[in-house]
Amino acid sequence: MATATLSPGRQTLRRIFRNPSVLIGGTLVLVIVLMGLFAPLLGTRDPSDISPKDRNKPPGYETTVRDYDGNKVPVVYRLGSDTLGRDVYSRIIYGARISLIVGIAVAAISISIGTVIGVIAGYFRWLDGIIMRIMDGLMAIPAILLAIAVVSLFNAGLASVIIAITVPEVPRVVRLVRSIVLSIREEPYVEAAITAGTRTPLLLVRHVLPNTIAPLIVQGTFIVASAIIVEAILSFLGIGIPPEVPTWGNIMAEGRSVFQIFPHNILYPGLVLALTVLSINMLGDGLRDTLDPRFAKRV
Amino acid sequence: MVEPVLDVRGLTVALPSDGDRANAVEDISLTVAPGEIVCVVGESGSGKSVTASAVMGLLPAALKPVAGEALLEGENTLAANKTRLRALRGTRMAMIFQEPMTALNPVARVGEQIAEMLEIHTGMSASERRARAIEIMQMVHLPDPEKMIDAYPHQLSGGQRQRIMIAIALVLDPALLIADEPTTALDVTTQAQILTLIKEMQERRGTGVLFITHDFGVVAEIADRVVVMQHGKIVEQGTRDEVLMRPQAPYTQMLMASVPSMTPPARTPVVGARAIDVTGLSKQYGKTGLFGDGRVVLAADDVTLHVNKGETLGIVGESGSGKSTVARCIARLIAPTAGSISLHGTEIATLPEARLRPHRRKVQIVFQDPYRSLNPRRTIGLSLIEAPVNFGIPKDQALASARSLMELVGLSADALDRYPHQFSGGQRQRICIARALAVEPDVLIADEAVSALDVSVQAQVLELLDDIRARYNLAMLFITHDLRVAAQICDRLMVMQKGVVVEHGPTGQVFRDPANEYTKLLLEAAPGRDVTFGAGRAV
Repeated sequence: MATATLSPGRQTLRRIFRNPSVLIGGTLVLVIVLMGLFAPLLGTRDPSDISPKDRNKPPGYETTVRDYDGNKVPVVYRLGSDTLGRDVYSRIIYGARISLIVGIAVAAISISIGTVIGVIAGYFRWLDGIIMRIMDGLMAIPAILLAIAVVSLFNAGLASVIIAITVPEVPRVVRLVRSIVLSIREEPYVEAAITAGTRTPLLLVRHVLPNTIAPLIVQGTFIVASAIIVEAILSFLGIGIPPEVPTWGNIMAEGRSVFQIFPHNILYPGLVLALTVLSINMLGDGLRDTLDPRFAKRV
Repeated sequence: MVEPVLDVRGLTVALPSDGDRANAVEDISLTVAPGEIVCVVGESGSGKSVTASAVMGLLPAALKPVAGEALLEGENTLAANKTRLRALRGTRMAMIFQEPMTALNPVARVGEQIAEMLEIHTGMSASERRARAIEIMQMVHLPDPEKMIDAYPHQLSGGQRQRIMIAIALVLDPALLIADEPTTALDVTTQAQILTLIKEMQERRGTGVLFITHDFGVVAEIADRVVVMQHGKIVEQGTRDEVLMRPQAPYTQMLMASVPSMTPPARTPVVGARAIDVTGLSKQYGKTGLFGDGRVVLAADDVTLHVNKGETLGIVGESGSGKSTVARCIARLIAPTAGSISLHGTEIATLPEARLRPHRRKVQIVFQDPYRSLNPRRTIGLSLIEAPVNFGIPKDQALASARSLMELVGLSADALDRYPHQFSGGQRQRICIARALAVEPDVLIADEAVSALDVSVQAQVLELLDDIRARYNLAMLFITHDLRVAAQICDRLMVMQKGVVVEHGPTGQVFRDPANEYTKLLLEAAPGRDVTFGAGRAV
């Protein structure tokens, strides 16, 4: 029995890579990440380059521009151009960077902060009531209203957007971690470690926290997906990333006024956004099924 | 001969290809006559529940019957389609389960749940159904059925819920009742009542009962005939007395020899030095005052005990008696509300965690559930050296003594690199004992340490505990609900009820001549107390 000698962690890894949702979702996510990373190599132009003569051209439009040496070079607007003559294809590819940065940053920050607070609330019972009431308060704040407040206090920019989306996500992580800690602290092996004289910080790191990893990975994927959507909404509303930066929300916002005549400005970034969120959610669902058997059986 | 209500012939149920054996059960043949109670006994994994589920048509999708037939009054239930099975269940065969709480719908009144059976299978009107429900509740001796019919399951006790389950099962007068460990989750006094009830119903209505259990006391109490299963096969079947007293198969003989006797062996009082002294220990749950909700439970009330070196003190009682609370207070997993705990003159009841830590190595605990007692993510070796390393022993030295401890508890020292899931329950409990011994404690608390184990494994672990107690001159506090186990291992016995110690004395005296009414009740309720298992073996 080859599998029996593997550690529980390795067995889980094996299961993960055999799950079809994880494979399909993961591959798509990987493609989008690579797209963002290698944006300059994918036949793109400067996403902010304005070309007044090529405004609102349909997808596939071919023309020539002069480069800095004055030579005429052919260009193709693969997905058309926007009202300022910028290349929509290039803007979408570069936009992936912002979306992924926002999604991953929000997930990383909210999970880091949420785990620490959640462990404290779950393990130190006398702090629990106070912490959880504060978390309930935070949860009541809608991300969009908070974003308006943060942007009007500071500057509109990447940092403000990340802060505004992170704050309401933290309580969700806290609740998840707290509930796991509450059930794990009653496990006999944790009590055995207490009678073994293990100090509390080591006890938490060694025996309690490993149990939160799997649910947090799953929760993390869902946070990434929802952060990407919220970022797009904020940009679309004009309270997110400044309009000169190519983000999927910004592209759609700029295309909005003319979208009945030139739908490609909204259609393509919308499709990419939907595909991204769908693939991340697929990955998350697959991870949940493999990492958390309770959910898998319920399906 | 009377036509049997159930006639299972050559039943074989295949396991999925990744199972640990080819078939869950293989070539099972047994019969249940009308008015007969047939007990199927076996240790965990022997296939007894699979047999019952196959007859009821309740097998999980992964398990398929591949051969044989199960004739219910001549009709093969294995071949019946879904509609036919649904009609048969309830009317001709019924089943009761182990957990009376989860087997009842928590959001429906119990009367509705009984009436539901009538609604599905008969044309009775609503008022007739209600009348019939009250009638059957009377028959299973539920108090005040007119009132109780509108109660929800959570308002009833465990025993009452199991009576409701029996009422639901019997309301349509089925020919066959399958009972799958129906008393395992109940306290011993409640268990005795439920067993009496099942017997009464079977006698009065002539129902054939297929009773699945792992408890030989229960078998002795209730069975007409006994079927012994091991690894999915029947190893022996016969009348109750044949199987229990004159077992033929070596496996049955071994099982019978493993059942602890209700008669305590003669013991000389242990007069070692005091290892631990507990005085006036109380633990109160819930708070009064401004932030409390006013509900207060006194889980342990003024408990005083001492254990000498080399002595085993047993604490017995039913669930909620406070025996585990006392153990957890002594191990300082919870802080007692009042009282003192003295370890060699050091008072540990009120020490804050930081100052308590050096004393923790003196009191070690072995828990009930071997599957949750070891961190599944850490190797056995890491679990065994955790405590010694905490107390300043170098890692190499701790590993070396872990190796010798593994051999002491009867396991190979090579197993240190493996993970808990690679061991059986009994092996894990041995590992937990080794872990407790790793810091050379003075007091070892065994909190229901053998309750989750099969009887043959239980006997081995008990022997191991007794052996290490003698070898290390340990003071052992043995918490159990099982009087048989207590009789065999304890020097002195304390009986607890509702947080209070009601009786205390040498084990032999408590069993022979109980002074307290509750103790008498407990002893009388112990199933199979008059039967000597595997006779011929000196007790």
